[in-house]
Amino acid sequence: MSVRASDAPKGAVTIRVDCLARVEGEGGLQVKLRGDRVQELKLRIFEPPRLFEGFLRGRHFTEVPDITARICGICPIAYQMSSIHALERALGVEIDPMTRLLRRIFYCGEWIESHALHVYMLHAPDFLGCQDVIEMAAAHKQAVNDALRLKKIGNDLVTLIGGREIHPVSAAVGGFYKVPARRQLEGMREALLWALEASLNTVRLVAGFHFPDFEQDYEFVSLSHPDEYPFNEGRLVSNRGIDIDVMEYEDCFAERHVRHSTSLHSAVRARGSFLVGPLARFNLNYEKLTPLARQAAADAGLAPPCRNQFKSIVVRAVELVFACEEALRLIDAYEPPVTPMAPVEVRAATGQAVTEAPRGSLYHRYRIDDDGIVVDARIIAPTSQNLRRIEDDLWSFIPKIASKSVDEMTWQCEQAIRNYDPCISCSCHFLKLHLERAPE
Amino acid sequence: MSSDAKHKPKIAVFKFASCDGCQLSLLDAEEHLLAVAGAVDIAYFPEASRRMLKGPYDIGLVEGSVTTHHDAQRIQQARRQCRTLVTIGACATAGGIQALRNWNDVNEFVSYVYSNPDYIQTLKQSTPIAEHVPVDFELRGCPINKYQLVEFIAATLAGRKPNIPTYSVCLECKRRAAICVAVARGLACLGPVTQAGCGAICPAYGRGCYGCFGPMENPNAKALARRFAELGNDREQILRAFRNFNAWSWQFRAATEEREQQ
Repeated sequence: MSVRASDAPKGAVTIRVDCLARVEGEGGLQVKLRGDRVQELKLRIFEPPRLFEGFLRGRHFTEVPDITARICGICPIAYQMSSIHALERALGVEIDPMTRLLRRIFYCGEWIESHALHVYMLHAPDFLGCQDVIEMAAAHKQAVNDALRLKKIGNDLVTLIGGREIHPVSAAVGGFYKVPARRQLEGMREALLWALEASLNTVRLVAGFHFPDFEQDYEFVSLSHPDEYPFNEGRLVSNRGIDIDVMEYEDCFAERHVRHSTSLHSAVRARGSFLVGPLARFNLNYEKLTPLARQAAADAGLAPPCRNQFKSIVVRAVELVFACEEALRLIDAYEPPVTPMAPVEVRAATGQAVTEAPRGSLYHRYRIDDDGIVVDARIIAPTSQNLRRIEDDLWSFIPKIASKSVDEMTWQCEQAIRNYDPCISCSCHFLKLHLERAPE
Repeated sequence: MSSDAKHKPKIAVFKFASCDGCQLSLLDAEEHLLAVAGAVDIAYFPEASRRMLKGPYDIGLVEGSVTTHHDAQRIQQARRQCRTLVTIGACATAGGIQALRNWNDVNEFVSYVYSNPDYIQTLKQSTPIAEHVPVDFELRGCPINKYQLVEFIAATLAGRKPNIPTYSVCLECKRRAAICVAVARGLACLGPVTQAGCGAICPAYGRGCYGCFGPMENPNAKALARRFAELGNDREQILRAFRNFNAWSWQFRAATEEREQQ
């Protein structure tokens, strides 16, 4: 972390952090302060644009899930699932009920792997005053070893279904190229039972962290399903009255392109910034959590609505409990699908989908022609949706910590950004901190 | 990352245009991570640590391709700081999926994705690291195989040559006793021209290899393209097969550009 601080006359301070650590991708933050008032604030995203929507045009629809996975190495399954659901919706594909179930298990694996990574390796070091997980391992060896094993169990589940943990190869429009036998999934039971215990311990550990007193009036947005805690399906809802079919996504939300970011900024057209991710899911779908996950949340002092984004680390831990339990439940119910690959009839069509990536809702829209070639594509990553909200948080948070030293302020700003588990590689499809204190 | 780092070799991880998946492989080497961290000093790895030590570094792992003027300068600095420079993954080694822009008008791509194209600065082409600086070793894959990464680090520490095969996926496929999808089902499989390393996952999952480890040593890509045509694939299908994650590797490029001229 490079911090450059210059003490200009009359208390004017410039802080510049050239690269925000422990996030996936590249970005920085630029802040101008006068006393404790923020005058200017820009979350600068300089992840080089990779232009996925540009080159998806001209590709065959069957190639799309393999290509979109490459937007993010941390949550490739989310990208595969949103693109597959959007294309299946376009083509009216009816999947086998067991395929649907297997996709949920697949998603559980990604949530376990990604949440374990973020909770322990990227976020917990902030709360424990460590530079990174290796330093954390010196004082918390058992916790770090358990974290690595927990993450590995998530990866093993993904590998079993998808062939490998990063950019798995089995998911396809219509179903799976190959599905596991029941006994193969049953082989994961013991590990998942251990993971469930480790997740409960994780909730206890992170619940004991110190959380800044920082509640915001968020608009929470997430999928919501009548019977399930959301992964792949549902309507898009918010605590301020949004309740739409995902087809209406672009009518409800707008993307804005700002000069300081290669990632687009999203907003609710009628109002402004909003929040997607674990806190939104928890607040909007609390009743759909398992009794054990709800109990773990209650024991951690967490009840909806939770409006402190610093506590998202506890919510992630609760979602770890949920994902382990859900995977166990689904494995018990699993029989290999009768038709692992549902027939797909190609025609010109348009389809949209939202699925819940570990870090929040992920929107995809595709239009394909009569030959199944993509002619139009739109992908809106969770971090794009959260960017404006992250800036809003920092506008409110920085005045509260303005009396602290430059180093402390810098670290706490980083922590506030890491609350969002930002995936900058995705959102550009992320961070330098530049803090300037102007004279009073 | 550790304080006891006086005599340990220093490792740096640099990121260019990429998905972060290859550097994640280092964190994904769960059972080896603490052992690796004990043997080396992970001195610069922004995705995992706030602590960023200055170079020089003994080993530099480079992920991602060069797509901006700034990155074209940054890779020169990275090279100067590293005794051994290794590219990790298809983006750094061959330009990645984002090299598909190289056959198109990048300005049109930018206007398609962004409402204010003038805010975006990007190069016409996405290029591999070796087009900019000398590269000492390539770890292939989209993503890399984490065991190959651990093997590379272990071999470098021991002063021996890393045991990374350069033969084709077909050998791994046979060893895995998978049924050849090209012979049995007539699928367009890139296995015969693709470097081993993944463990022949795709054929084992009942689909053709899509070449994420890039060209093997001396591949006959043009002959395979002709075979794809005999199997009933049209020109566009053949071009798409070779033009994905390693499209800009010169061997795959030669095969597709020959086909385009026909």
